[in-house]
Amino acid sequence: MSTIDMKTGKKKKRTAIKYMKSDYAFLAFDTLILTLIFIIILYPLLYVISCSFSGGKMVGGGASLIPLQATLEGYTAVIEDASVWRGYGNSLIYTISGTALALLTTILCAYPLSRRTFKNGKYMMFLCVFTMYFSGGLIPTYLTIRGYGILDTIWALILPVSLSVYNMIVMRTYFRTSIPDEMHEAASIDGCGEWRFLTQIVLPLSGPIIAVIGLYYAVDLWNGYFNAMVYLQDKAKLPLANVLRELLIQNQSLGMESNVQMDSTTLALLEMRSQVMRYSLIIVSSLPVMMLYPFVQKYFVKGVMIGAVKG
Amino acid sequence: MTAKAIAPVRGKRFIQSFKNEMTRHGALYIMLLLPLTILLAFKYAPMYGIQIAFRDFRITRAMEKCDWVGLKYVIRFLTNDQFWQILRNTLSINLYSLATFPISLIFALLLNYMPSQKYKKTVQMISYAPHFISTVVMASLILQFLSARGGLLNEVLGIFGIPSVNYMAYPEYFYSVYVWSGVWQEMGYGAIIYISALSGVSSELHEAAIVDGANIIKRIWHVDIPSILPTFCILLIMRCGSLLNIGFEKVLLLQNNINTSVSEVISTFVYRQGIAASRPQYSYAAAIGLFQSIFNMIMLLTVNTITGKLTGNSMF
Repeated sequence: MSTIDMKTGKKKKRTAIKYMKSDYAFLAFDTLILTLIFIIILYPLLYVISCSFSGGKMVGGGASLIPLQATLEGYTAVIEDASVWRGYGNSLIYTISGTALALLTTILCAYPLSRRTFKNGKYMMFLCVFTMYFSGGLIPTYLTIRGYGILDTIWALILPVSLSVYNMIVMRTYFRTSIPDEMHEAASIDGCGEWRFLTQIVLPLSGPIIAVIGLYYAVDLWNGYFNAMVYLQDKAKLPLANVLRELLIQNQSLGMESNVQMDSTTLALLEMRSQVMRYSLIIVSSLPVMMLYPFVQKYFVKGVMIGAVKG
Repeated sequence: MTAKAIAPVRGKRFIQSFKNEMTRHGALYIMLLLPLTILLAFKYAPMYGIQIAFRDFRITRAMEKCDWVGLKYVIRFLTNDQFWQILRNTLSINLYSLATFPISLIFALLLNYMPSQKYKKTVQMISYAPHFISTVVMASLILQFLSARGGLLNEVLGIFGIPSVNYMAYPEYFYSVYVWSGVWQEMGYGAIIYISALSGVSSELHEAAIVDGANIIKRIWHVDIPSILPTFCILLIMRCGSLLNIGFEKVLLLQNNINTSVSEVISTFVYRQGIAASRPQYSYAAAIGLFQSIFNMIMLLTVNTITGKLTGNSMF
């Protein structure tokens, strides 16, 4: 049996552990349960991929993982849909600019607070931590943002979320533990100012944590729909998540709500359209995150661990 | 006379120390300007805006010029017919999902004792993929998989001869659907923290336990659990602090006309009254939101004190 050493990330062999007789029952049970969990998690994911290649009529024909009639119909429907493209473009803009801004703000907050000699930082730290426990709530926040006159602009989406205190504390912990105070002393004796120290020494040494925090922000911006629903009225500005919500969820509940009066042909058409592209749409919309996932996966586990080392 | 003489000296000293601080840390203050502005503009300004909960706020008038009405809106919420229903729904959903909180811990323990490292790694990597699925896609998958016509769940259950049911059309299934889909999505991600805590448990403790003849179950109970209890408690406290506002986005997406009697929670109610309504009642909605914030804070402090007394682990 071996475990992963957290600090070095290398495997260290634990002295071979002899199992007791009663342990074999446990290990068998363990393997069985994990296999079950594995199937329960993986099966729906594979099923969605399989369905995305099935034609509209074939979707929902059994629980098989092999597409009944492999076709790209679903993907063609997605590509031909203008609202999907527009949403995709909007989401890309919001995610990229939002992540860049959030990283800038977070670094500029985490670095000064990570400096041990900076005693007055504790006041700023208090201001930050307090917002984790108490907030103005939805309505006052909405009215404030409305008061700034930035409703219906990109700023309403990216400014309010540009400083997540939790992420800031994770980054601060990383700076504190990975960049020794002596390094700063040595640099400042050589006449290196704070800005230069930050940009030329701290940031190059903090690649992993910037990747992780950037991923956190990017995933939240890409996946979130609520802020856009509240702060944007112009349909042409909606990000992909909100377009998806219209296509995937609102269409589906139409059929269920008896009080919605629509003529049956329109309803049938709508249903057909969303039925055909539903699974392909899910795949296409998750593509950016899924493509990033294998690369940042190991960093991202690291990020959770740093976060656990309590701010 | 002496006081007057000292004052300028003090002033000078203050100016001197201020100058010193600026030459030493001036750049740090400049760096903090951007985050501080964001914090004040988007976190603290809304806190100042909470006062509309106690005023008769009209959108056409400045907040400060509206009349004070005291606790009118808070009382209106507390005496609302729906109040108990909404509070019950909110607490039911959250207590139910709180009951599934240890599942991640159990999953981490099972992974930890998996003999095959390769298999362990694979299961672990797959297990946190669902965390990245967006709420909208997740809600759509839930609706699709649970549908009576060819939904995955009904197809699978059909193999065992269980007749198909449209689970979203029955209010009594709503909590289970909500909570267990959450478990499916977050179990693996939640386990990461425990896995790292478990790998930090000293192997000498395990070896000593083996020498004393303890099997795996006994080692889990007497070695692993006590070692990761602090981590577990901190996470539990943080989870309890958000007892009233968790998972609001998903609830909103899963709501339909049939299940509103069980799915209307405080946050969705606030949204409906304050933003989605054709004539938004800002003051009323803000009062409800305030009720929620204060309740959360009290819960956080209570659970913090209780776990602090019981296990010696607390956040502050």
